[in-house]
Amino acid sequence: MGLLSKKDTNLILDPLADNNPITIQVLGICSALAITAELKASIVMAVSVMFVLGMGNVVISLMRNIIPSKIRIIVQLIVVATLVIIVDQVLKAFAYELSKTLSVFVGLIITNCIIMGRFEAFALANKPWRSFLDGIGNSLGYGIILVIIGFFRELLGSGTLFGYKVLGDPVNKTGLYATGYENNGFMIIPPAALIVVGIIIWVQRSRNPALVEEN
Amino acid sequence: MAVNTDSNTYTVAFAAVMVVIVGSVLAFAASSLKDRISENEKFEKQQNILYAMGVSENGDDEGSVNFVPTDKVEAEFTKYIKEQIVIEGDKVTKNDAAYLIDLKKEIAISKKGETPKLPLFIGEKDGKKSYVIPMYGKGLWDAIWGFISVDENLVVQGVYFDHKGETPGLGANIKQRYFMDDFKGELILSGDSFVGIKVAKGNNDPVNKIKDDNEVDALAGATITGNGVSAMIKESVNLYKPYLETIRAKK
Repeated sequence: MGLLSKKDTNLILDPLADNNPITIQVLGICSALAITAELKASIVMAVSVMFVLGMGNVVISLMRNIIPSKIRIIVQLIVVATLVIIVDQVLKAFAYELSKTLSVFVGLIITNCIIMGRFEAFALANKPWRSFLDGIGNSLGYGIILVIIGFFRELLGSGTLFGYKVLGDPVNKTGLYATGYENNGFMIIPPAALIVVGIIIWVQRSRNPALVEEN
Repeated sequence: MAVNTDSNTYTVAFAAVMVVIVGSVLAFAASSLKDRISENEKFEKQQNILYAMGVSENGDDEGSVNFVPTDKVEAEFTKYIKEQIVIEGDKVTKNDAAYLIDLKKEIAISKKGETPKLPLFIGEKDGKKSYVIPMYGKGLWDAIWGFISVDENLVVQGVYFDHKGETPGLGANIKQRYFMDDFKGELILSGDSFVGIKVAKGNNDPVNKIKDDNEVDALAGATITGNGVSAMIKESVNLYKPYLETIRAKK
């Protein structure tokens, strides 16, 4: 690692597993439930959050010495909202199709607690470059969980991945469906995401007992 | 910096400066991109109308929705849409900019009991006439809208649905081809009454072989969006009922 020091590398790697925003800090659960019914939406959301969190962390970090502490939350909110709206407008003008796919995520990005959480916990106290890495790391950690949930929900709920019928056709009974397999309708609805998150948390903590909190 | 960032004066000044900066940045972005955005929206409307009447680049297999590309859409639109009309009460006028009418406003007007200006597009493809009716309604989270195209017998030729913020993977799937294709061949009439098409759960006809039941199969996990689609079709069909009656009578 010539480019990044060990400390910097940890900023990216930590949130992927032992300090994952969803499974350990339990932030960003709302969007993890809402948009993971299919894999494509999960990935779009992960990329959007990565962009906003990376940029936002840098902006907040640059302003960290001049933001009045009394209104810092509002300032953070404005920074996220402005970034997201500008991105949305630019996409509408130059990549209209993409912006249509993203439209619903715009509101969800602004309310994502991970973003506010990282601004508050990290960017306000650290230099821009480190804040940028922290933003990328946390959004990767968020994205990985989203993709895992999206993968299982789309596969078990609709029998597809990225819209491709990987298990055969449920209506004409081909592929796996010929053997009597049925899609699990429960996986499509949001509570299923909570169960998948629960299983991920369980697996992660049983592999690494240090993560289990003492009561 | 020797400024006391905790003082009230500083806080108020900071907030004021921040608002001005953010406001101007957003205003600048919005106004400099406005032309491109409204152009894109215009093309999109044309693409949607053409899609509803069956002019698209879709393959025969069930797959994704493929519109006429944006660089060709204007030419195709003038080629296939023979007439754009505005229906205002009993008065029917031709208007080549009818597709730019905001249906949301017109529906609000009609709810107040006044006469709305309703756009309708008459297209012709391979010698077959289609009447494309715009629709507007609400889904679970936000607006849904679309176009439904019928022939002289009021048999559905095609539909297009879109939405502002339905849940991805659930309600958002109303704009998927497998859902929209189900509407083809359905009737909006039941006997002589205008009933529209209902998005029905558990209608024992998942592959939609029965075409005269005024029903299509619903999307799992998207009950409210589905109900919204049913209500939207019914409302639009009712708005256009007087005109649709004249089409039927002419035949």
